[in-house]
Amino acid sequence: MTPRFAPGQRVRVRPVWPEALGRLHLRTPHYLRGQAGVIERCLGRFPNPEDLAFRRPAAERDLYHVLFDQRAIWPEAAPGDTLLVEIFEHWLEAADAQA
Amino acid sequence: MPKPDPRPESIALLERLVAALAARGIVSEEEIAAKRAATERASPQIGARMVARAWIDPAFRALLLADGSRAASLFGADMRGQPPLGVLEDRPGLHHLVVCTLCSCYPRAVLGYPPAWYKSQAYRARAVRDPRRVLAEWGTVLPPDVQVRVVDSTAEYRWMVLPLRPAGTEGWEEAQLASLITAETLVGVRLPQPGPALPA
Repeated sequence: MTPRFAPGQRVRVRPVWPEALGRLHLRTPHYLRGQAGVIERCLGRFPNPEDLAFRRPAAERDLYHVLFDQRAIWPEAAPGDTLLVEIFEHWLEAADAQA
Repeated sequence: MPKPDPRPESIALLERLVAALAARGIVSEEEIAAKRAATERASPQIGARMVARAWIDPAFRALLLADGSRAASLFGADMRGQPPLGVLEDRPGLHHLVVCTLCSCYPRAVLGYPPAWYKSQAYRARAVRDPRRVLAEWGTVLPPDVQVRVVDSTAEYRWMVLPLRPAGTEGWEEAQLASLITAETLVGVRLPQPGPALPA
């Protein structure tokens, strides 16, 4: 199956907070919600941990390494420093969709 | 009156759980003992030997970067049931720092148990937000033209750093090179320091 996003593509972490509605197991850090980054590469498909944690059938999802500019997240960061984080496909949208 | 059980309740609970798992054929005492032994065997020396080999053997370096789990298994790491191992290649002008802000994900198969500081809330909060100051506290002061890339290990992979081979180690044997690598250098809080050359 071809991954939805390609290396170099700009994406945004969905600006949603589902944990406000109930107890969930999420692997997407709070500080990245709504932040735009660039796909570094697809790391493969893994069972969705959000279902695994509750022993539900867990569909496999593409996992991406996404590169963020530190300064876009923390204004006091040093110019040029970056942040590389594993984000599942269902947490990502094409950045243009929000522009 | 029944004699009180001197064991802590948690141990009694664990024994009941293990017995229940064994009775259902899910896991045996022997499998648990083997897993425990493999975990005890794992130490930063495995990661150190992998880095030293990668510094002198381009083919192994390519394997390490392409498939860290397979490279680790060649060095005796028990990768069965382990998350995949990813290797982050430092380059001139690029330094990686590994943290897990959500919990304390750590490449145990090649580094052993995570140190207490790695699991501390202070490291987990500060490494991602203020990495240069955290690095400086470890004695790692990087010039502004070196990019610090913080790797927040939040999901499926476990990450270790392949540091740059330090200058002054030309002609060193693999074991000498491995002696420069510690758990700290494998997560990127420190750089390998050659110090005075060891007698060959």
